[in-house]
Amino acid sequence: MKRTILMLMLCFATTMAFAQSGYKVGDNATDFKLKNVNGKTVSMADYESAKGFIVVFTCIHCPYAKAYESRIMQLDKQFAMKGYPVIAINSNDYPEDSFDNMKKRSTEMKYSFPYAFDESQDIAKAYGATKTPHVFVLKKAGSNLKVEYIGAIDNDTEGSDPAKIKYVENAVTALLANKTPAVTMTKAIGCGIKWKKTT
Amino acid sequence: MKQIVVLICLVMLSAVSLAQQVVKPIKFSVLEQRYQQANDTTYVINFWATWCGPCVKELPNFLQLQNEFKTDKLRVILVSMDFRSKLETNVEPFVKKMGGNCEVVLLDEKDQGFVIDNVSEKWSGALPGTLIINKSKGIGSFYEQEFQYDELKKTYLNTKK
Repeated sequence: MKRTILMLMLCFATTMAFAQSGYKVGDNATDFKLKNVNGKTVSMADYESAKGFIVVFTCIHCPYAKAYESRIMQLDKQFAMKGYPVIAINSNDYPEDSFDNMKKRSTEMKYSFPYAFDESQDIAKAYGATKTPHVFVLKKAGSNLKVEYIGAIDNDTEGSDPAKIKYVENAVTALLANKTPAVTMTKAIGCGIKWKKTT
Repeated sequence: MKQIVVLICLVMLSAVSLAQQVVKPIKFSVLEQRYQQANDTTYVINFWATWCGPCVKELPNFLQLQNEFKTDKLRVILVSMDFRSKLETNVEPFVKKMGGNCEVVLLDEKDQGFVIDNVSEKWSGALPGTLIINKSKGIGSFYEQEFQYDELKKTYLNTKK
């Protein structure tokens, strides 16, 4: 009998694990401890004075990530001092997106934010990141990290529309004013995260 | 002499217009109207880009599908999500080299985000993605995945049942 219950519980646990398809707005996000390009590790717990975070899943090889690179750098310049620093995460299993190349790129471009390597891909899976770039804006609420926005940086990847809607900027600006972001979820084309082969 | 000049002009013009017709830029509303028609045609709409490795790898499977079932009411449309500015420099040379008998278009929308949900709520926006739709049969499924040929063929054949 005990065994049956155990089996059932195991079954249930695995089903839950499979049903987990990432965060929705309003969920509490997990912190992480990932290898950073500066040789140390990075966790959100390291940022005592932050009000929240702009977590960006990105990479090096993807043309969409490339197109957004300067805008990601700009977001950190604009919001880190105000309490919403950028943390960039690369979860790709792809030669061009190696840790060495991350170090090179971040030095070359003088990133003002950490660039963390999610080698196990556990964080991308927990968050439900599917592509690059894929942004999660989190707000500190006590010891929790509440997901406030999921999606694209803006609605103009190519950067040719002066009337673009800057989703992340708008969301963080609203949060800084203690308001709920008007748009909390957007979709954008991106390069699919390169998952490790499971077999 | 005049005739020859006219002839050369004509040849050059047609060469230019042929070169321009390889990949047409298309608005989403136009594309949507096409595959939403209830005309008993199955549309296999593959969203891809020249920069997307897995997309480029699976494209031949779509050409093969159109080829194997060319007598069917099947229309494979390859929709490039490359930037509009890359049409002449990247997309057209790529498509010319690829060859094949499929219609290739480039989605001419600055805001690609709104397209995603209109294609399917199941689509996160990652490439490649494929929509298989037959309005008159009430079939419409989106696949955010890479297709091997066998799998693609099986998925298509299922729509014929």
